[in-house]
Amino acid sequence: MAKVLMKGNEAIGAAAIKAGCKHFFGYPITPQNEVPEYMSKELPKVGGVFVQAESEVAAINMVYGAAGSGVRVMTSSSSPGIALKQEGISYIAGAELPAVIVNIVRGGPGLGSIQPAQSDYNQSTRGGGDGDYKLLVYAPANVQEMVDLLQEAFDKADYYRNPVMVVGDGMIGQMMEPVEFKERPHVDLPAKDWAAVGTKGLRKPNVINSLFLQPEDLEEHNIRLTAKYQKMKDNEQRYEAYNMENAEIICVAYGTTARIVKNAIETLKEEGINVGLIRPITLWPFPEKAFEVLPETAKAFISVEMSMGQMIDDVKIVSNGRLPVDFYGRSGGMIPTPEGIIGKIREMIGGAK
Amino acid sequence: MAVVFQKTKGLTDKETHYCPGCTHGIIHRLVAEVLEELDILGETIGVAPVGCSVLAYDYFNCDMQEAAHGRAPAVATGIKRSLPDKIVFTYQGDGDLASIGAGEIVHVAHRAEKITTIFVNNAIYGMTGGQMAPTTLIGQKATTAPLGRDSSTTGFPLKISEMLATIQGAVFVERVTVHNPAAIRKAKKAIKRAFEVQIAGQGFGIVEVLSTCPTNWGMTPIKALGWLEDNMIPYYPLGNLRTPEEAK
Amino acid sequence: MINEKIIFAGFGGQGVMLMGQLITYAGMFEDKEVSWLPSYGPEMRGGTANCNVIVSDQAVASPVISYNATTAVIMNLPSLDKFEAEVIPGGILMINSSLIEKKSSRDDVRVYYLPVNEVANELGNARVANMVMLGAYLELTKIVEPKSVIKALAKIFGTAKEHLIPLNEEALKRGAALVK
Repeated sequence: MAKVLMKGNEAIGAAAIKAGCKHFFGYPITPQNEVPEYMSKELPKVGGVFVQAESEVAAINMVYGAAGSGVRVMTSSSSPGIALKQEGISYIAGAELPAVIVNIVRGGPGLGSIQPAQSDYNQSTRGGGDGDYKLLVYAPANVQEMVDLLQEAFDKADYYRNPVMVVGDGMIGQMMEPVEFKERPHVDLPAKDWAAVGTKGLRKPNVINSLFLQPEDLEEHNIRLTAKYQKMKDNEQRYEAYNMENAEIICVAYGTTARIVKNAIETLKEEGINVGLIRPITLWPFPEKAFEVLPETAKAFISVEMSMGQMIDDVKIVSNGRLPVDFYGRSGGMIPTPEGIIGKIREMIGGAK
Repeated sequence: MAVVFQKTKGLTDKETHYCPGCTHGIIHRLVAEVLEELDILGETIGVAPVGCSVLAYDYFNCDMQEAAHGRAPAVATGIKRSLPDKIVFTYQGDGDLASIGAGEIVHVAHRAEKITTIFVNNAIYGMTGGQMAPTTLIGQKATTAPLGRDSSTTGFPLKISEMLATIQGAVFVERVTVHNPAAIRKAKKAIKRAFEVQIAGQGFGIVEVLSTCPTNWGMTPIKALGWLEDNMIPYYPLGNLRTPEEAK
Repeated sequence: MINEKIIFAGFGGQGVMLMGQLITYAGMFEDKEVSWLPSYGPEMRGGTANCNVIVSDQAVASPVISYNATTAVIMNLPSLDKFEAEVIPGGILMINSSLIEKKSSRDDVRVYYLPVNEVANELGNARVANMVMLGAYLELTKIVEPKSVIKALAKIFGTAKEHLIPLNEEALKRGAALVK
């Protein structure tokens, strides 16, 4: 198919519809408004349903209801809105339902700002709601990757019966880039025989539920969920490794920040300084595999984020004391510059001498 | 021997956990009988709340989904919009519906969702141990209003049905009670009508059922029925507030 | 090798976002790597608007332009103050002299003062000032072919505004003539 130029937020809507999502429940919040707007325009054309809920809380609970009915369903929001959705996300994970949640991240805490940020790493990867649960979390770095991962997110959600979150920052939502809707491989997925769609008097009732009053039952449920998350850890880690050969410093950055880091890496290369990049594409599971074998030249990691430092915890965990872990970040809607990153790396190299 | 009474197919064989004298059991049975009589049991998805009736998903003999506290109308919206040909109902108490879920119930009516809500109002939080609800009467004691509800600090009991009846999309609104056999028969009629309204695709329907809570009211079941009649009905008058004909 | 980084800036209604989109589309039609990044938020509502456009023959790394613009297209005075310094030495600064009396303080960039509103008025439609500017930009940089820009315009306009294409084509030509 030919490439088309699309705004990130609209591409999200188009990709969801391509993936067979016909149900969308949302609530307005900047900078993701083009997603519900696109869905309100396009879903009726394919026999789908768009509902503007009265709140983010209601929207995610509508998603929970629709997911219980076995349909492909999505919601999108931005940081403070996602915080409100955490209740429903926990229920969806607890009841083991497939759903896709898009977070176009803006600055926080509180009302924060409407400018791009990556300060929702923790609320995405730590299970922002109650209980022991995990989401599969994708962090695309450009609009094409957003389109590809978003479509795949629906398959993964169905396969694992687990909510999948796709995280972009305000920049990726607002920018336009060429995208191509590629032919996707067919994925065999289990039948949704658990869905609550009416018994027709032919079977025992299906119950969609996350309540287990007996401690033994709930523990067993949690053990089973954890086994599922382990399977995700084994099979779903994704990352990009860039310029790792002979790297002295290894940057760890995701999303649009990783693109800015690449500019810094190219500039430093001209000065004869070798800097590598590990770009997590899945934030959860964190791509531990990328850190297993490091170049012998590596002296330190630096986590580069559009936040005051959230992913750095995971970098420290995977480094496990092998190398020091430094940090460079901007926040509040300020975007890291290649110059800022270069300055920090020069400082690190100077300090390492 | 002729069968004079048979348990409805609309309920499972699971023994309920409700306290002795609680009217939830009666209301469950009325809903279940209506589902059976309308022959929609196999086409129905019910949404259970948080509160005393949290385990309703074990008792109704149809597909069920358990919602977060207050969110049943939103969950039901998601289900109905995915399965527009099915029958969807929520079963909610007054803490769930009138307090934490006040927004969701207003907006399910506002959107004229074609679902049915059974609203069980016993003027107290039952499951959590007798705390004050928005529906608790003035002077009524609760564990968070130990001297009785005082309007100067807690305002006045919320009349949910009257409020919802002002919303155009709420096409069927009726308040009933189950404190005596005659009232129970009327309650069943209202519940049936509410489901018929949904089947006809006319809009949102709600039946508020005044109910007792002997345990948290601190009364015997018999005394509780009398208290309901003497105190709740005067403040929460019975009757139909809206029918589809009028809603047009 | 091309690695053009353009800032288009002006006030809402001057069509600066469209200028950026046209270059982005045109670049895509010519199989170049492109990105378009707008400013967004309250500043969109009647204040200054700007976008960052990158056209490259390699994958676009950062879509953000920060003090490394090869060209800045400045349509109003606040934008001159804000973005003048963002252009790299040897880069191009294009200033709408119809609305901006001030001269650039840079002596290390190529500065062009272009009365694009006057030219648009001569064409009988003040709203094509942005296309006059774009015509000059294309002539100076040759980043994409004018015909690719017209193709992009046809895509954005659709059939409803098809009749405006000849006027826009003329505006591009008049703009180009300003810098020939």
